Amino acid sequence: MKGTKSILLVGVGGQGTILASKILTNVAIKQGYDVKMTEIHGMAQRGGSVVTQVRMGEKVHSPLIEPGQADYIVAFEQLEALRWIHFLNDAGTVIVNTQRINPMTVIIGSAEYPSDALEQVKAAAPKTISLDALEIAKKLGNIRVVNVVLLGAMAKQMDIAKEDWLSALEATVPARFLELNRQAFQAGYDA
Amino acid sequence: MTKVLLTGNEAIARGAYENGVAVATAYPGTPSTEILENIANHKEIHAQWSPNEKVALEVAIGASISGARALCAMKHVGVNVAADPLFTFTYTGVNGGLVLVSADDPGMHSSQNEQDNRNYARFAKMGLLEPTNSQEAKDMVGYALNISEQFDMPVMLRTTTRVSHSKTLVELAEPKARTLKPYTKDARKYVAVPANAKGRTVFVVEERLQKMAEFSETTELNRIEWADKKIGIVTSGIVYEYVKEALPNASILKLGYTNPLPLKKIASFAAEVEQLWIVEELDPFMEDQIRAVGIPIYGGKAELGRIGEYTPSLLRKAILGIDSTAKAPAATPIRPPVLCPGCPHRGAYYALKKNKKLVTGDIGCYTLGAMPPLQSLDTTICMGASIPVALGMEKARPDQAENLVAVIGDSTFLHSGITGLINTVYNKGTSTIMILDNRITAMTGHQHHAATGKTLQGEDTSQVDFEALCRAVGVKRVRVVDPGDLAALDQAIKEETAVREPSVIIARRPCALIVKHTEPRLQVNHDACVGCRMCMGIGCPAISFTDKKSTIDPSLCVGCGLCQQVCKFGAIVPEEVQ
Repeated sequence: MKGTKSILLVGVGGQGTILASKILTNVAIKQGYDVKMTEIHGMAQRGGSVVTQVRMGEKVHSPLIEPGQADYIVAFEQLEALRWIHFLNDAGTVIVNTQRINPMTVIIGSAEYPSDALEQVKAAAPKTISLDALEIAKKLGNIRVVNVVLLGAMAKQMDIAKEDWLSALEATVPARFLELNRQAFQAGYDA
Repeated sequence: MTKVLLTGNEAIARGAYENGVAVATAYPGTPSTEILENIANHKEIHAQWSPNEKVALEVAIGASISGARALCAMKHVGVNVAADPLFTFTYTGVNGGLVLVSADDPGMHSSQNEQDNRNYARFAKMGLLEPTNSQEAKDMVGYALNISEQFDMPVMLRTTTRVSHSKTLVELAEPKARTLKPYTKDARKYVAVPANAKGRTVFVVEERLQKMAEFSETTELNRIEWADKKIGIVTSGIVYEYVKEALPNASILKLGYTNPLPLKKIASFAAEVEQLWIVEELDPFMEDQIRAVGIPIYGGKAELGRIGEYTPSLLRKAILGIDSTAKAPAATPIRPPVLCPGCPHRGAYYALKKNKKLVTGDIGCYTLGAMPPLQSLDTTICMGASIPVALGMEKARPDQAENLVAVIGDSTFLHSGITGLINTVYNKGTSTIMILDNRITAMTGHQHHAATGKTLQGEDTSQVDFEALCRAVGVKRVRVVDPGDLAALDQAIKEETAVREPSVIIARRPCALIVKHTEPRLQVNHDACVGCRMCMGIGCPAISFTDKKSTIDPSLCVGCGLCQQVCKFGAIVPEEVQ
């Protein structure tokens, strides 16, 4: 891996972005990289937009990723992908879950959900990989593994050996959920 | 030893463990909460939630005077609450070292203001440390305790959200022995009456400030990193990392110990560089002091601004004139935080809105009741303000007496609502107080408090009885209602606001995130739904409206039944019925 890599994980509070970022940072540490991660707790936990920023490289100073700097955006929801798309750099990759969660502003009719959110993301980022992670998770029998499905899809795009991802997964999730999470990771990897 | 990835808060907890802290106290508050949650895992340390920050600091002061090392953590506005003991404790001084962690929140990610608590350290004449990353956060707990004992004063460790909640690599160390210093009675030091305090002002506090200034000039915490001398930056805290990112060639004077400032060191640094920049978030804390001694400053607040968080690109633009942010964001509807599906506060606010009450609010998840579509709150000021603000409104506008309701959460009521209630009774107020009792401190991530029956370290303990407490302070009308029962709630609000005496409605139902939901999930029978949108008025994230019908998302619904109660057409039914 050359230089510092910046990865944004974006979604809706409660979708499990934090676990995904934990596995990601564990992988990075195993590779011997300096790692920084930042996220905002508090109000955002309650169904609001959430963003986790991960940076890894030989030496990382700022934990912040700024517009035009992200190498990867992993979006747990379509609208959130669109909200953060200007953070992607010109060669960046987007992994987007096609799931749609209406924000309260849309629910009460004060705003409209952009029906072409996914198309806008694809237009802005030629390297966009979209998958229905919710449907994949449902087929695996637990909608809570959406996060690990998406992580699998991202792992495929990154320059890190698959075994390293699997051992980070093993080190992060409780043993009784490990098999399910392995399947979720694989399903995302193959999607 | 091994390197691990820790948040600033986890690192501070580790620092307390490694550096012999024996007593640690806090009231939860973002972004500080996880400090005590992590200290609590070390059973060698007594870690506790206190009902508020003043009490927390006073417990830590007691531990310090008796000879133990103590840590007290709070969010920035918590220091306002704890300011009273703090400003006198800087006179009496410590026995065991005491570190006060103030977690500031530039950008107001989860706070009601953006106050810069470095000013407190200067105001109270105490030491001040500003960590840049988690390694420093851990190490500076040790520095703070040593400095506290060396200079006989409490020391502030001031973090910001990006330090508190960012994970960076930390090298762990073996814990030092937890030793207790001897305690000897010393009334002239610890009894802060005028005669004693006057003596300490002259001989201790002022003399100490001189010694602290000398320390600030020589400590390794304040270091120069020489590089190109065209631009020289004086900085502290997380902003140092942004400077390194944006200006890798600049010379930097990195300050870790910032009260008093090492003004001589700054002057000699300034003399060597062409352009001196003072780069600090929020107030011109360093800049004003540096200007005051006549050191010429090339750039600072005027160029960088004093509101919100800095970023590397902001520094690049202001200092180097390079605008690196070319891309504009796409137009997207905002996604504000909302009350969760099944949240007991939803019913309370729906009933208050229906009764068109003037509602004074407080701090917690239930502050979200100010958001559309419920929009039930008229005011939110600070912890505990709901009850006194309602009384003030009633005294100013007696015609509103029957229209006023103060709402306050269970944890906030224990924090600083009780004195307000006593005041309302004492001063013959007639407003209705609604305690939204969800059995936990919810907003900060479900911490126990004095009415939950559990301590921070998981022990069973006594529980405050809200009904008995309200009666004991003189409220005769106290009733408990389930906020999940809209009809009962509606009746209680009507009856209690009508009477001309203070009354308390305890709306009791546990937070939806701490209970197992056994009720069947609900769905909309589209044949019966007439599209009246009544159910949309409760603002439940599980309900959406498309093609003139409501629909319930089964992955979000917890079956609380509130929407069922507002539907006049019986269109909302349990899942298995249809």
